[in-house]
Amino acid sequence: MTSSNLDQVVPGQAGVTAPAGTARTFALSRSARFRAPGWLIARRSILHLVLIALALTMLFPFFWTVSASLKGDEAVLATPPQLLSIPAHWENFAAVMQTIPFWQLLFNSLLVAAVTTILQLLTCSMAAYAFARLRFRGRGPLFLVYLATLMVPAQVTYTPLFIFMRLLGLTNTYAGLILPGITSVFGVFLLRQFFLTIPRELEEAAFLDGASHWTVYWRIILPLSRPGLAALAIFSFMASWNSFLWPLLIVNDPQIMTLPLGLSTLQGQYTTAWNQLMAGTVLSIIPIVIVYILAQRQFVEGLALSGLKA
Amino acid sequence: MVGQHSWRQARVVALFVGPSLLGLVLFTLGPLLASLGISLTSWDLLTPPQFVGLSNFAELLGSADIRDALLHTLIYIAIYLPVVLVLGLLLAILLNRPLRGLQFYRTAFFMPVVSSWVAVSLMWKWLLNPAFGLVNYLLGLVHLPQPGWWADPHWALPAVIIASIWKDLGFVMVLLLAGLQNIGRQYYEAARVDGAGAWSRFLHITIPLLSPSIFFVVVISLINSFQVFDQVWIMTGGGPGGASSVLVEQIVQNAFSYSRMGYASALSWLLFAIIFGITALQFSMQKRWVTYD
Repeated sequence: MTSSNLDQVVPGQAGVTAPAGTARTFALSRSARFRAPGWLIARRSILHLVLIALALTMLFPFFWTVSASLKGDEAVLATPPQLLSIPAHWENFAAVMQTIPFWQLLFNSLLVAAVTTILQLLTCSMAAYAFARLRFRGRGPLFLVYLATLMVPAQVTYTPLFIFMRLLGLTNTYAGLILPGITSVFGVFLLRQFFLTIPRELEEAAFLDGASHWTVYWRIILPLSRPGLAALAIFSFMASWNSFLWPLLIVNDPQIMTLPLGLSTLQGQYTTAWNQLMAGTVLSIIPIVIVYILAQRQFVEGLALSGLKA
Repeated sequence: MVGQHSWRQARVVALFVGPSLLGLVLFTLGPLLASLGISLTSWDLLTPPQFVGLSNFAELLGSADIRDALLHTLIYIAIYLPVVLVLGLLLAILLNRPLRGLQFYRTAFFMPVVSSWVAVSLMWKWLLNPAFGLVNYLLGLVHLPQPGWWADPHWALPAVIIASIWKDLGFVMVLLLAGLQNIGRQYYEAARVDGAGAWSRFLHITIPLLSPSIFFVVVISLINSFQVFDQVWIMTGGGPGGASSVLVEQIVQNAFSYSRMGYASALSWLLFAIIFGITALQFSMQKRWVTYD
């Protein structure tokens, strides 16, 4: 397989074109206020009805989870199931927070995801700068090594990595959770593709003024790459926030666990207390949903950006 | 002068590539090679490793557990991939127009994507609860059989597949929607002038011009499917009785429950070889159906 072949699906190939397409749709949806004929209005109404039905179907499991989390011990197992039971049993949430150290887990997840994201932004953008802008011997072969690494499933590395981490005494530590995610080959590609779309004129002027590579990277390339960096930040954060297998292997101390791992331990303790289990699930989803709603456009456009060939 | 220059250049390169390369070597390439070495040994972490040659590989090729795990993965892919592709494409086509409320619809389909696998698995474990779950209650209302889902060997894998489709649908939809929005209007207008109907336009314009996005979704989905773990671990634990066991679950069991580091490493290299082979195969076949304009 040649590298040009691979390039065709390398995330980020789209460069800056993907967000433009998305933005076009936003603009259209606002300006589409012409007098529509009757049949068009009817067709559009049917479309909306179909979409609303589909959207509610997709959202229903969330509603059902929240509903269960607020039910009493008997109501949650009642047949026929009630849509909502009144009064709400908020004590399920208090009970869960007693069983798992929720605030500690939340703090751990935030810390691990934030540090991982910052480290990946830094290491990936620096390597991407080298591959996009520096000329050095072995650049081609080294880039091929990066390419090939994209296909290594993380699980292949976990057994030796676990032994290695245990040797370093890093089990049950934040470092053990964070270190394997210190860089991301995917991130290097995403940003390299992005950097390649930036015109060189600005840098050439800067170099003439005696600027170093570091200055050009830090003051010119990075500020011009905000959409690419935002996309990578969202990916890294989400991947780290939701990751389960590595934390499962490296941590068994509840004080160091991340949210998904802590949530999974609830299952063993409550094989039948579904209302409390669902309360824990709701608690674990709320933070990432808030992040999603705040950064919605970056989320979707970043995904589109990474998954597209221009 | 030249020597000094190249020395400075080397330092710059080392500064920029160094951190990422160090991470790659320490946490991916190193362990990858170590895994190959360990796969040639028998090692329980308590006593020193014993060199056993290729016997781990011989054992896993003859193992019924591994054959079943592979089979389950293939069944998973055979159902999951077509469903998620067709539904994702339908949704993307419905949403690919100026629409009021687009943001609401997109959020609805995307919420499962941002939720963790652990949360999604628990939600579906509750919905598909054999005794108290909503799904079985509704099935009972219309007098359909009420499967035991994750508690029944025949229905454990379908339960995992349903949850996976629900979670990934929005992801596939967003990728395909972005692909649709990149197709120029001029193609459709030209086809309309030539008198092509809606179906013909879909078949001869949308599908070929969307093929790079579809290709990307298929490659990513296959890679992810062979690595399925979280939802299996939470919903069924690979059970009942190994009925929904998959490759990564076998790796984890062998390494961390049975302390068979050598065997687990051999197994993980099998996984690597499968993913590498399938991805390479897809790239070599892409010229037959993927159109790049």
